[in-house]
Amino acid sequence: MSSADIYREIILDYYRNPRNYGKITDPDIAQRDSNPLCGDELEMHLNIKDDKVADVKFTGKGCAISQASASMLTELIMGKDFEYVKKLTKEDILDNLGLHDLGPARIKCALLSLKVLKSGLYSYLVDKLKDTASADKIKEEASGLF
Amino acid sequence: MQTSFINIENIRNDFPILKRKVHKDKPLVYLDNAATTQKPIQVIDAISNYYLTYNSNIHRAVHELAEEATLAYEATRDKVAKFINAKNREEIVFVRGTTEAINLVAYAWGRQNVNKDDIIVTTEYEHHSNIVPWQLLAKEKGAKLEYIGVDDNGELILDHLDKYLATGKVKIVTFSQMSNVLGTITNSEEIVKRCKKYGVRVLIDGAQSVPHLKVDLQKLDCDFFAFSAHKMLGPTGVGILWARKELLQNMVPFNGGGDMIREVHKYETTWNDLPYKFEAGTPNIADVIGFAAAIDYLDRIGMDKVREHEMELTKYALDKLSQMKGIVLYGPKDVTKRGGVISFNLGDIHPHDLATIIDEDGIAIRSGHHCAQVLMERLDVSATSRASFYIYNTKEEVDVFIKSLNRAKELFKL
Ligand SMILES: Cc1ncc(COP(=O)(O)O)c(C=O)c1O
Repeated sequence: MSSADIYREIILDYYRNPRNYGKITDPDIAQRDSNPLCGDELEMHLNIKDDKVADVKFTGKGCAISQASASMLTELIMGKDFEYVKKLTKEDILDNLGLHDLGPARIKCALLSLKVLKSGLYSYLVDKLKDTASADKIKEEASGLF
Repeated sequence: MQTSFINIENIRNDFPILKRKVHKDKPLVYLDNAATTQKPIQVIDAISNYYLTYNSNIHRAVHELAEEATLAYEATRDKVAKFINAKNREEIVFVRGTTEAINLVAYAWGRQNVNKDDIIVTTEYEHHSNIVPWQLLAKEKGAKLEYIGVDDNGELILDHLDKYLATGKVKIVTFSQMSNVLGTITNSEEIVKRCKKYGVRVLIDGAQSVPHLKVDLQKLDCDFFAFSAHKMLGPTGVGILWARKELLQNMVPFNGGGDMIREVHKYETTWNDLPYKFEAGTPNIADVIGFAAAIDYLDRIGMDKVREHEMELTKYALDKLSQMKGIVLYGPKDVTKRGGVISFNLGDIHPHDLATIIDEDGIAIRSGHHCAQVLMERLDVSATSRASFYIYNTKEEVDVFIKSLNRAKELFKL
């Protein structure tokens, strides 16, 4: 896709004015990852209450695509059922961003946030809920992202 | 339009790839030469001629093909020695690249000579390949790794070197002759001079300097020198380690195997002469032969002309870039102190986004940390964009580049 289609007003807005930017003190889930190819960094914090996402925040450094993607993902999952978050797919993220047909290098930027989220869920399911069956499934999904 | 120093049109005709279009109909503007350069037809022909007419293994067989291949392979060694003004051909070791050359020294020399509490000195503007091998060595030996800092002009702070040398514990100082991010040309002779006073060994990473400057090893007077063929018109997979004969003689082999031995018995082996002691196994014969054609090509133009052309192009680009609002340029302003490598950031456009946008206009630049994360920390940025020139680049291409940067600014509403 052309850069005029990628760098639309909304992407630039989320890049420059990221929603839910910051950290949660003592979060239920804290997960960090980076893209070794370009050094983009992302950390997500979540609080889970009554099987819902009670709060979510992120911090990070990187390109407009990775940062906008992270910010829009936090909005997408805020207040949602835990089950919904577990089921989120790559397509959901790209739909949400309105970015399709990104090249192989840049799609990683768009999906870093989902990778961080899934890895965070994995640790949470294993450590806190002892639910290794669904944890393993999520781990597989996360490593399949890139 | 061309710089006054070389005939660019003739040169461009020797590079078939420069005729291709990218993104359907955009002429390729290749400004990623610090990563790897394009190859002239002479290099491509030399490689295919070897495979087409005299492909064979070298050094051992007595048939005619092997003789021809051995002669061509060894002729490259002579050319390399002459190109960098090394005293002895036996001091030229063929390796895979700069990275392997530095690892060879850290392993084969470092393990014999660096001990607990010794100091290894590198700099803040090194490529990861001149940091990580020394970290490994320092960890293994309990030695310390120290850094010469970089000032705000992008130059090394040599007072730091003096401070480390004064401890009497430094075993080796290792630095790049030209930074792959800032373009800074290191005051190498001065560093070597200071190290010699303390009997400290010096390794110079010439990956960015040999392709762009006249390098004279006898004048430099260092102990080890490393560079890569692929950054100077040659093929990938070939690099050079040069080291003083006395040092190579006392070093243990890096790899064991065929070709590096004199006699092998069940439990004892004696080593082959230099440089073969360090060239175990069948080497990259075709690409070493191709490298000779690259050296011939640069020799024909003349390294002084290469340098003058790049200085003129760099000055032209820096003048234009520095007029852009919101640009931050890294490295020395004075083109006599730097090579044709320009790192920058434009407003709040992340380098990856910038590279994506201008790629659409056919322009290939690099974005990211350039394998220099220690320097990125020093500059307090996570990434930069980097344009780097070579002999075939023109002022028109710089204009296309500037125009495309302006388009990126518009897209980002800057
Ligand atoms: C200054 C410097 N040193 C070392 C290297 C590593 O060279 P190579 O990848 O050919 O081993 C590079 C290039 O990437 C470089 O620019």
